[in-house]
Amino acid sequence: MPNATYITLIILLPLAGFLMLGIFGRKYFKNTSGMIGTTLLFVSTLLALYTAYGYFFEYGKVDGIYQKLVPLKYTWLQFSPGVSIDMGIIIDPISVMMLVVVSFISLMVHIYSLGYMKGDERFPTYYAFLGLFTFSMLGLVISSNIFQIYIFWELVGVSSFLLIGYYYDKPSAVAACKKAFIVTRFADVGFLIGILILSFYSGTLDFNTLIATLTSPESNEYKNAVAVSFLGVSALTWGLVLVFIGGAGKSAMFPLHIWLPDAMEGPTPVSALIHAATMVVAGVFLVARLFPVFAISAPDALSLVGYVGAISALIAAVIACTQTDIKRVLAYSTMSQIGYMMFALGVSKYGGEEGLGYTASMFHLFTHAMFKALLFLGAGAVIHYIHSNEMKDMGGLRKYLPVTHITFLIACLAIAGVPPFAGFFSKEEILLAAFQHNPIIYWIALITSGLTAFYMFRLYFSIFWNKEADQHDAHKSEGGFAMMMPLVLLAIGAAAAGFIPFGHFVSSDGTRLETELHLQFSIAPVALGLAGILIAMWMYKKESTKPDTVAASLSGIYNAAYHKFYIDDIYLFITKKALFNLIGRPAAWIDKNIVDGLVNATGNSTRDISETIKGFQSGKVQQYAIYFLVGIIGLALLFIYFWK
Amino acid sequence: MIEPGLIYHMLFISATLFFIGVYGFFTRRNLVTMLMSVELILNSVNLNFIAFNKYLWYDKLDGLFFTIFIIAIAAAEAAVAIAIIINLYRSHQSIDVEKAEEMKF
Amino acid sequence: MNLTLLILLPLFTAIAILLMRNATQVKWVALAGATAQFILAFVLLFLFRQERAGGNTAQMLFELQYNWFPSWNISFHLGVDGISVAMILLTAFVVIAGVLVSWNVTKMTKEFYFLLILLSLGAYGFFISLDLFILFFFLEIAVIPKYLLIGIWGSGKKEYSANKLALMLMGGSALVLVGLLGIYFSGTERSFDLMKLAQLNIPIETQMICFPLLFVGFGVFTALFPFHTWVPDGHSSAPTAGSMFLAGISMKLGGYGCLRVATYIMPDGAKEYANIIIVLSVIAILYGAFATMMQKDLKYINAYSSVSHCGFVLLGIGMLTKTSMTGAVMQMVSHGLMTALFFAVIGMIYERTHTRQVSEMSGLLKRMPFIISILFIVGLCSLGLPGLSGFVAEMTVFMGSWEHPDTFRRVATILACLSIVVTAVYILRAITSTAMGPLKAGYETLTDATWNEKLAALILVAGIIAIGVAPFWLNDLVSPGAEIIMQKISPVTTGIK
Repeated sequence: MPNATYITLIILLPLAGFLMLGIFGRKYFKNTSGMIGTTLLFVSTLLALYTAYGYFFEYGKVDGIYQKLVPLKYTWLQFSPGVSIDMGIIIDPISVMMLVVVSFISLMVHIYSLGYMKGDERFPTYYAFLGLFTFSMLGLVISSNIFQIYIFWELVGVSSFLLIGYYYDKPSAVAACKKAFIVTRFADVGFLIGILILSFYSGTLDFNTLIATLTSPESNEYKNAVAVSFLGVSALTWGLVLVFIGGAGKSAMFPLHIWLPDAMEGPTPVSALIHAATMVVAGVFLVARLFPVFAISAPDALSLVGYVGAISALIAAVIACTQTDIKRVLAYSTMSQIGYMMFALGVSKYGGEEGLGYTASMFHLFTHAMFKALLFLGAGAVIHYIHSNEMKDMGGLRKYLPVTHITFLIACLAIAGVPPFAGFFSKEEILLAAFQHNPIIYWIALITSGLTAFYMFRLYFSIFWNKEADQHDAHKSEGGFAMMMPLVLLAIGAAAAGFIPFGHFVSSDGTRLETELHLQFSIAPVALGLAGILIAMWMYKKESTKPDTVAASLSGIYNAAYHKFYIDDIYLFITKKALFNLIGRPAAWIDKNIVDGLVNATGNSTRDISETIKGFQSGKVQQYAIYFLVGIIGLALLFIYFWK
Repeated sequence: MIEPGLIYHMLFISATLFFIGVYGFFTRRNLVTMLMSVELILNSVNLNFIAFNKYLWYDKLDGLFFTIFIIAIAAAEAAVAIAIIINLYRSHQSIDVEKAEEMKF
Repeated sequence: MNLTLLILLPLFTAIAILLMRNATQVKWVALAGATAQFILAFVLLFLFRQERAGGNTAQMLFELQYNWFPSWNISFHLGVDGISVAMILLTAFVVIAGVLVSWNVTKMTKEFYFLLILLSLGAYGFFISLDLFILFFFLEIAVIPKYLLIGIWGSGKKEYSANKLALMLMGGSALVLVGLLGIYFSGTERSFDLMKLAQLNIPIETQMICFPLLFVGFGVFTALFPFHTWVPDGHSSAPTAGSMFLAGISMKLGGYGCLRVATYIMPDGAKEYANIIIVLSVIAILYGAFATMMQKDLKYINAYSSVSHCGFVLLGIGMLTKTSMTGAVMQMVSHGLMTALFFAVIGMIYERTHTRQVSEMSGLLKRMPFIISILFIVGLCSLGLPGLSGFVAEMTVFMGSWEHPDTFRRVATILACLSIVVTAVYILRAITSTAMGPLKAGYETLTDATWNEKLAALILVAGIIAIGVAPFWLNDLVSPGAEIIMQKISPVTTGIK
């Protein structure tokens, strides 16, 4: 059993950084905050690596199967017997893998930001937010309770919100952070209701118990959950679909992806950390966490995951080919790659060889984190140098940014799936899994991999080749050691991570999975990838009119893709027009005029009536006498005629 | 013994007095006149008391007591009323009731 | 611990305030009194926990009973359970913060603080009374100061708001009084004693009449739809501390009354009317949220959002499960702290910018980092961020509501869940457009919070975080109380097991 203390420490150190820098940073750590944050995270990373080593090589394996260990569990909020939110730590292959990925990428970003954000007015705040994010993300991956994951899920959402809106005086950043929060929040409602359904039927919120009860066909819980159905779909499937909606929102799956490209308004290292390598894969992680339930008890929900992933991968790749903002291209590419991970899970089955998709998905998550973080950090170096995000302002930078150039190229090769870089191995496994189980998804994936190679090299050639740079300035430099070191480290990762025998460590049921490469199978994707690269080279290596010509010949689809298939506009219409005008405005109107109107009407009518009858109180004695007389006569009549 | 039919006359006189008093109370604007009207009303009531006492319960004296009581009250009332009227005259320079209507609404 | 202390302390503070000569003395006396209340509330919590840990399982602790009006069977009966302790803590937090943020009140300072302390006296008395007559008495004590606070120290159309608030709340109290008398004369025994009434079986016919009277009467206080319209006007016209007390304490009187009086002594009535309560509270939640979306004034935004948030309290009560009741109480505490803080922050911003219109502010983060950080915290709490109190309370209500397997309650819960998106929309709209964006011209000289404002904000933030990070203590405090209330309601069939 691992020692819970130091695993807790992995998570709490970034939190300590957040609290320290957030509260005292402005006053006491104006310049040292970067170093403090980085040091704390460095310790975290070491502890994470130590945990990973211990788990994978020492105590994790029992009888050849990696166990799900729960070294810490603390009841946080008890609802009813058996149903409670526990703060716990679960140690299993994917959580350990994620611990390493998150802390490592976060460390890289911390180091990189020392150079990138230098001189920023809110330097301590920036590191505080990074600490908060890292804390939440690490907490998310080790959650042992489905509500605990929801808690950290919301926390990563809010730290993402804070970091996207970091440049708060820029209206576009403000709009973007709002959008990101609201869209993911909308998805989170699905997640929340999904949790309610799952917890109701399983009678627990604890992951291990929940998975155990909902995957054993003999248990009463399982029978109940399957027997109850709504619209012809069983309650269990509904629950999982709703949970997946939450995951899709955070992982920017179609049609909840609209926030991700806008989220690029945040500082570039943040985009690398949150919107490329870690937070956006939380959805994938969530599906993987509940994978046994998906795969065994609700295959329909799982195939939905597959199709949503595939569609997102394709759409994002098409859109990425047309965007001109380099960070947006990377954002769409992220979405596309996450689509890969999703459908890899979607086509997978539970256990043994059939579970290849699961392993492949996690493998891709791992490698993608390396090369996508590298791409973003590289893009950050370019932006740092050029002070623009637009491709048209770039070109010929290979001479001025040699390190960035080489590392960026490695990352591009990795994402394009060129052997022997990391992306090749993980993507091959994904394609193989898709090929074995779902031909439609396989073809979509194949096309997407060609597109991926094309748009990545379009990016690469546009930045580093194309027209000659005209704005060389001797004062500008590539950035110091702080910025170069993470690039190099990540480049090593992107180049070599593929050689890790991932199936030995991570598989759907914890057993050892041998993965091998089939040469003849690899030909198609690699050839497509190379074709994509060559086309990109032909179009973008030299400055020419070729891109415009091609765009013109494909004007219909090009325009649609350039405008992101008008999905943003549809959302804008629904929210701005429909939600505000059709519900918000009437609600406010009804409140003001009808509900409050009734209250005022009661008050006014009381006043009006008294206004009318106050004339009786005229102050004239003789009038009073007349009332008196009339009253007496009335009473007399009453007594005489009615009082029998 | 008084003739039994005489009660009608007495009641008639009392009713006439009463309505003259009421009429005066409603139509006069002068407070002194109104006070006099009130006295008329009270006296009509006195007459009633005496008449009924005499004809219905001639062996009792309740009606007479009441009459004397009312006369006493009327005297006190007249004293108070005249005091009020004098005060009103001091403040309003008039004893017209129409002019004394501050106590409204 | 002698519970009369909780009444005597504010009483003496109020008298002391009247005796002071100048504004400075008044302020310090008020602060000292509020601090003493604050400490007393913690002492109460400590002793309560100690007593419970010592194995005292009596329903009410620290009971006291004096015969007050023996011929009518009215006694001065005091006692607390976990729910009351939670509400007393809330009151203590809000009072000290309210006293601190009013430091700059210059108009009739003495009377202002006198009324604030008097209001707290009413609230404490209300939360510890176990006799319905004195409970009603304290309820009325808590209403009158509000009228004066708004009418004299308010802003905008203050006379209108003060009248509206006082009339609607008095109308609510009138219903409560009728309901109380109905119960008093219905039973075999003429009694106002809460504990005794809970043991009697009030005939169902009486419950059918008296439950709605009491529930609606108390519901007016806690913004039951459609009797919520005093909330926006009252809050927006009130001075800062007035809004804080109104939303933080007064609205909770209603929720507590609905739970402790209406539901506890008339469980059958509660069951009969549960569906109507659920419908009304879901309407309040969603409709309040959507109405908030269209508001332009920060105070209106928070006032309407209070309607929405208090809907969760009523939903929790209407769902009639132990978990949802616990959630309702937690939501009361959480909302009380949060909304008091929100109004405090709005007051701080208003004092500097002299506007409350969202569209007229921009980029305030640059000039007042402390105030805006607090605004972020409170905004995030309002939209239910984990780690802050709102999340815990709302989730407990949701979990409790979901224990019912029937479709009607499921749909109601899902609709209530949807409100968290709308909440996010309006909260983000409010905080991003005031705090973020380019700094508006003319705001370059604005200053950040002063010591009293900082202290007030930090006290409330501490409360919010204490619940958000460690909700178990509040849960442990409240849920036994909720369980006792639920005991008389035959347990709902839950689908679990």
